[in-house]
This record gives sequence, structure tokens and C-alpha cells, in this order.
Amino acid sequence: MSLLEVRDLKKHFPIRTGVFKRTTGHVYAVDGVSFNVEKGETMGLVGESGGGKSTVGRTVLRLTEATGGEVTFEGIDVMKASRSDMNTLRKDMQIVFQDPYASLNPRMRIRDIVGEALKIHGIGTEAERKKRVADLLETVGLNSEHAERYPHEFSGGQRQRIGIARALSLNPKLIVLDEPVSALDVSIRAQVLNLLEDLQDEFGLTYLFVSHDLSVVKHISDRVAVMYLGKIVEISDSAVLYTMPQHPYTEALLSAVPIPDPHTERARRRIVLEGDVPSPANPPSGCVFHPRCPRAQEICTTAMPRLTVMGDAGERHEVACYFPARFGDGKRVVSDKPYTDALPEPKA
Amino acid sequence: MGERLLTIKDLSTHFFTHAGVVKAVNGVSFTLDRGETIGIVGESGSGKTVAAMSLMRLIPDPPGKVVEGSLMLGDRDLRTISDDEMRGVRGNDIAMIFQDPMTSLNPVMKVGKQIAEAITLHQDKGKREAWQMAAKLLARVGIPDADKRVDQYPFEFSGGMRQRAMIAMAISCNPDVLIADEPTTALDVTIQAQIIDVVREMQAQFDSGVILITHDLGVIAEISDKVMVMYGGRTVEYGPVDEIFYNAHHPYTWGLLASLPRLDESEKTRLTPILGQPPNLITLPAGCPFTARCPYRREECRDKWPAHEAVGPDHGVHCWIPVEERVAIRAGLPHFKEPAA
Repeated sequence: MSLLEVRDLKKHFPIRTGVFKRTTGHVYAVDGVSFNVEKGETMGLVGESGGGKSTVGRTVLRLTEATGGEVTFEGIDVMKASRSDMNTLRKDMQIVFQDPYASLNPRMRIRDIVGEALKIHGIGTEAERKKRVADLLETVGLNSEHAERYPHEFSGGQRQRIGIARALSLNPKLIVLDEPVSALDVSIRAQVLNLLEDLQDEFGLTYLFVSHDLSVVKHISDRVAVMYLGKIVEISDSAVLYTMPQHPYTEALLSAVPIPDPHTERARRRIVLEGDVPSPANPPSGCVFHPRCPRAQEICTTAMPRLTVMGDAGERHEVACYFPARFGDGKRVVSDKPYTDALPEPKA
Repeated sequence: MGERLLTIKDLSTHFFTHAGVVKAVNGVSFTLDRGETIGIVGESGSGKTVAAMSLMRLIPDPPGKVVEGSLMLGDRDLRTISDDEMRGVRGNDIAMIFQDPMTSLNPVMKVGKQIAEAITLHQDKGKREAWQMAAKLLARVGIPDADKRVDQYPFEFSGGMRQRAMIAMAISCNPDVLIADEPTTALDVTIQAQIIDVVREMQAQFDSGVILITHDLGVIAEISDKVMVMYGGRTVEYGPVDEIFYNAHHPYTWGLLASLPRLDESEKTRLTPILGQPPNLITLPAGCPFTARCPYRREECRDKWPAHEAVGPDHGVHCWIPVEERVAIRAGLPHFKEPAA
């Protein structure tokens, strides 16, 4: 059993207009997403803005209620958990937010911020909690004397450490990291990434790591899911995804990231995708990627391909595409004939 | 390279605030030639943007002031020309693209009108002609249906299109110098690739000089000819792009390169972060601002700023560590890569 199992997760936000707030449409933020996260592993969710990766993170924790689908954490159905069950579950599932400036209450002292969850869950006496907060601050590389200060006295990197200390306070099993290093400068980013890796080793943590930065996701993740317009288009072990991308979107994303090495950079060929990511309120019919896809043919406009294992790079590599790149005998080949196994099964 | 466009010498810009003097830029020098792209790289607060704003004379005074240095555009002194003349320089000779295209476009004015306004201000063109030029410019920076788009408001544009509109506005008067301040930071990677292409094309077409301000060393590697590495308001290292990436001499440059997670590394390696926190610009030491975070610091570092030292063709560094010692330290760094022959 995986620590976290997500099945056909959907989150549609209603669009309300007019004086009477009638629902006139939906933003299909997450539209049928499935994946498993094993204990102790880091699962990366990567993609551009509007892809739905943050919404997946939040829906898994029920910070927003899903429209449909199932989330199972250690065999417990998270979606059906009652309020009090959810309270217990949240001890095991925590989150670190992107913006270290907005996610810490400026009027609270660090000791209250980090110790708040302990207090809510009635853990320990006042003195024990104080000790625990001091330990947590040391764990994330801050000074225990910092507990008496306010957030504004810290730099961005230090604040993100405070956010991590808060997430750690209840000894969680799973932490959702929602763009945890995006707001940080490169030199500080490396500090925080190393800290996250150390904490994972020390406490056996499982991460769901949401980021738009492919280099960061590659660095930290064991497995990576690439999202586009609310769907997972490719999912695989990190090493394989970066060497044998099968989906044209993954390929384009990888080729678009500039590499900090002028020689490599000059020798590379870039796939520049045309146009913008369409609005998730009005996703294209068929494969969501087809309007921007260099390989698109007619079949792509009919139905969204389902994730299938092609076996080129083992059973753990799935891709949703009619024209995936194949790596049969070590050579990359793109066939003109559609891969019809990816056609969705007709609804029973 | 072509004719010299800009010569900046010993530029210092300070902000006189209640909390103290914020020394945002301290003695920065560089030159820009026609057809050349110079990348300014550094972390937030390193003075990259303030240096560029000083050039445009856009530093709010008070509290800010260019306290020292000469800023020459050809033979015109940007520090002494009149405000009227400066208005002519902005847009006509030097144009700027900002990081956030949403806040730098006027939300209640049609995109076409904003571009046309820049044209009528600087060129002897009628309203109608300017409007038509705006549509052509939008088409040129790759906006589909430009004739229709010119009549729309910024909120109807996506982030990438807004940035294209900003570029259209910036190139409307064929400026010699284009300053791009983190032009792609707010954009997704696939859109970033498009915008970089547009900037590159425009540069080729107008043969302008580009100053690219960014914190992304990948973008720098992709399009710069020369790189200036800034830290705490100082230029710590300056040189041709290959020199900076393969023959770096400053510990901060090493630190930056080692702290990057890379897409092209085959096995998982641990990152080497730069320890410590970014400097406080009010309490900067008189010497090297990187001293507090430098693993190789020595006695003289904190109190005296090291002189410019040439270490290669057009490649200079400010560091107290003797050059042989630097080369020896560098050879032992795990992330350091010698250039491919």
C-alpha cells in the first residue's frame, strides 16, 4: 500500500457572474488526476501556471474540497473523513507554502507560529511546547533565541525555515511543499533544498513537491508527474523522465529551460512552443495539449489520451499521448501512426 | 563589436532614508557596444535594477541620489543634460522593459494607445499613423491578430503577450540601448523561451545594445556576450560569458554556480549553498560586501575594497585572495567545470 493514493481527483471551480452569482461555467483546475506516493519518496508535480499542480496539493489536504475522486492516506479515505477525523489526519499531513512573506502572521511571535499546531492539538505542557519549539528551530538551522522575534525580523530564506519548522512540529508523515523555494534567491534556495533533503533522511518524510522549476524538481524528486491544464500528461521516475521524455510537452518544457553552461547552451536545439496555455475554463477538446503540439494530428482532437505504460523505460513510466517518442532500442523514434492503446476506454 | 554606446564609470547610487544611508550601488563601471548583450546577474538587493534605473535617471530623489560617477551615452553626459533632453533620451535612445508587465502597463488604456503614445511623444507622427505603427509593432513581436489586439486592454492579454506588448513599446523608437529588467521572471518557461527569442530577433534587427538584468544564470548563459556579477552594490567580477562560467575568479561567482540545481547533471549531487544571509545594505562593510559569507575571507577583506585585477582578456575581478591561491582553491571545488576544448 502506498502512503498516499490519489484516484481520478477532480477540482472544478465554479465561475459565478452577475448580481445573482449564477454559475456560468467552471474552471477545470484539476481534471482526473491519479498517482501514488510511496513512503519516504519525493513526488514532484511540475508544469506551468494554470496546470493545476498547486490545486492538487491543496485538495489532497482538503484545504479545498474536491469535486470528485478519491484520496487515500495510509488506507484512510481522506475525502470522507469527518471533521474530527480530519483533525487527526492533519497531524500526519502538513504543508509549506510558497510565499514566506504571506504565510506567516506578522503579529505573532515565532514561538506562537511554530507552536500553534501543538497547542491546537493539546500536545505537551507549556514548558514542553517551548522546548519543542526551540528544538524545531535548531533543527531547521535557526537559533532557539529567535523564538521571541516577529516574522519581519527575518529574511526570506529564514522565514521559509520557520514555515518548515511549523510543518514539522507535529511529526507529520507527508508534507506538501507548494513552490517552497520559488521566492528565494539562488544561494538561499540551495540552503533550503539541502535542509529539506536532510529532514527527509532524518525523519523519513514523504514529500509532495509542487514547482514550476524543472531543475529544482529534478534535483529533489524520485518521481515526477508533468501536469498540463489539469491533467497528468506524463509520470515517471525522475531520472527516466529527464533522459527519455515521451510526451511532446515534457520535451518542450525540458528544452525551454536554459542551462547555466554557455557551451551546452549554444549546442542545444530548442523547441519553442507557440501560443499560450489555454484557459482552464475552456480547455480544448480532445488532448488538452493539441493546439500547441508540434505532433498533433486529427486523432488528437477527438479524445484525451489516457496514461499508458509503453514499457520503453520500465513499468513505472506512463504517458498520455497518441504520438509519444519511443525509445525501443535506445534510439528516439516518433511514429506517424497513432498509438491507439492510448484511446480512452468507452464509458460503460 | 560595433560602436561604443554606453560608458559607465564608478557609478554610485545611494538612498538617504531615516534608517540610514542605503548604499545600493557602489562604484560600478561597464561599457556597452552596439550589437552586444551584457548580462547583469546578482541576487535581490545586489543593485542590478538601481544601476539600470540610475542610467535612465529614474531614481526617485529624494531619497535616492546618484552620488558619484559618470554616465556617458556616446558623448552625452546623462548626469548633466537637462530634464527635457533626458526625456528625449528615454525611449528614443534608451528603452526599458520591466519585470512585471501587468503593473507596468496602464490597465485602463488600450494597448494600442499606450504604444501610440510613446510614438507620438518621440516622433513626428500623427495619431492615426502612430496607431497603425502600433499594430505593426505588435505583429512584429509575434502577437497574432495584431489588428484586433491593438484595440484591446491589457487585461485581455496573457502574461507573455503583455511582455511582448512592452517590448513593442520599447522598440517603437528604435532605441540604441535596450534595458531588460528580469523580462522573463514572471513568465512560464515555454513563454520565457518565446520572449528571449523576440528580444534576440529585435536586437539583431536594430543592432542595439542590450542590458539584461536577471538572477537566472541559465538565461545569462543563453544570450549574454559579457557578464557582470554584482553583490551588495558592487561589481565583484566582470568578463566575457565563457570566462565567467569556465574561468570564474570570485568566490561569490563560484558560490552562485555551485548552488544551482542543474537539468544536465546525470547523477544526483548535493548542492553547495552559499552560507549565511544576504547583506544589509545600510551596514555594508567598507571592504568586500561578500566578506561575511565568503568561506575564504581574510583579514583585509572587511575593511578595504580590493582594486580591479585583470585576470584574462576583458575579464576583471575584485578579490583580495592572490590569483595563484584562487586558482588552487577553484581546482578543488567539486562543481567547477573546466571548459570543453
